[in-house]
Amino acid sequence: MAEAAAIVAHQFDDPEQQRDSVSLGMWLFLIQEIMFFGGLFLGYTVYRYKFPEAFRIGSNQLDLLLGGVNTVVLIVSSLTMALAVHAAQLGKKKAIVWWLIATIVLGSVFLGIKGVEYGHKFDHHLFPGPHFVFEGPHARQVQLFFSFYFVMTGMHALHMVIGIGILAVLVWMAAIGRFHSAYYAPVEMTGLYWHFVDIVWIFLFPLLYLLGLDR
Amino acid sequence: MSDHATHRPTDASGHHVVPVSLYLAIFGGLMALTAVTIGAAKIDLGPLNVVVALLIAGLKATLVILYFMHVRYSKPQVWIFVGAGFLWLAILLTLTISDYLSRGW
Repeated sequence: MAEAAAIVAHQFDDPEQQRDSVSLGMWLFLIQEIMFFGGLFLGYTVYRYKFPEAFRIGSNQLDLLLGGVNTVVLIVSSLTMALAVHAAQLGKKKAIVWWLIATIVLGSVFLGIKGVEYGHKFDHHLFPGPHFVFEGPHARQVQLFFSFYFVMTGMHALHMVIGIGILAVLVWMAAIGRFHSAYYAPVEMTGLYWHFVDIVWIFLFPLLYLLGLDR
Repeated sequence: MSDHATHRPTDASGHHVVPVSLYLAIFGGLMALTAVTIGAAKIDLGPLNVVVALLIAGLKATLVILYFMHVRYSKPQVWIFVGAGFLWLAILLTLTISDYLSRGW
């Protein structure tokens, strides 16, 4: 098997057609993801419009420092992911492995910080449900804010857990030399997924943490 | 473009490879915009706070899509797919929000 030749599945005419099909398929999946998270963002927007005061109070219960640090961590992880794809394109086999591992580490740091934040919310009885406790006239609507907070950040975190799992498989594939300059579609497509998850957080951070911030 | 071919890095199949310097510049831009959005949130702009926050988030997302996700260098069919995705999202958001905004009648 020639080093430079891509592996072409039998249903494709040539590597270029395979490459285009893989890319379009991944984008179709991401469009479905846009609609999925879009529905959550829409619900959040409607209730924020209906209960602005309660959502303002809710936003101020969140930890801006931890949210901000996580934003930075996630953007750095997108950079390391982009550099992993870059290394794959140029066939730098060791660099692929290390950039993928860096991305996994940063993704795990994000989830760790998210876990600390969730822990604080549980300690303060801010998790929606029978144990939710909040004083004030807007308690029920504040609980609604936290329902959106946990569902939206929870779905985002679930996507990151899945992404880290896929990255772990890629590390193994890269380590045994499966990728080279003519074949790196799995790295590139996982990159698209990882950047998409980053984009979701780019919108979650201002909407949940920043709007209605006490000044 | 062929006269630049020797200067442009490509993979083994001749596809464009984004230089590391551009990735670092985009990364710097994303970091700066994160700082700006936090700073803007601490200033009371009234209803404009939402607009500013969403504009900055949209700008950041655009940078990620065009450069980190390589859409800028992708074929027209990818542009159509990405555009269709956001068009349908816009339909979802616009129709629903216009409904709620007009219920005061």
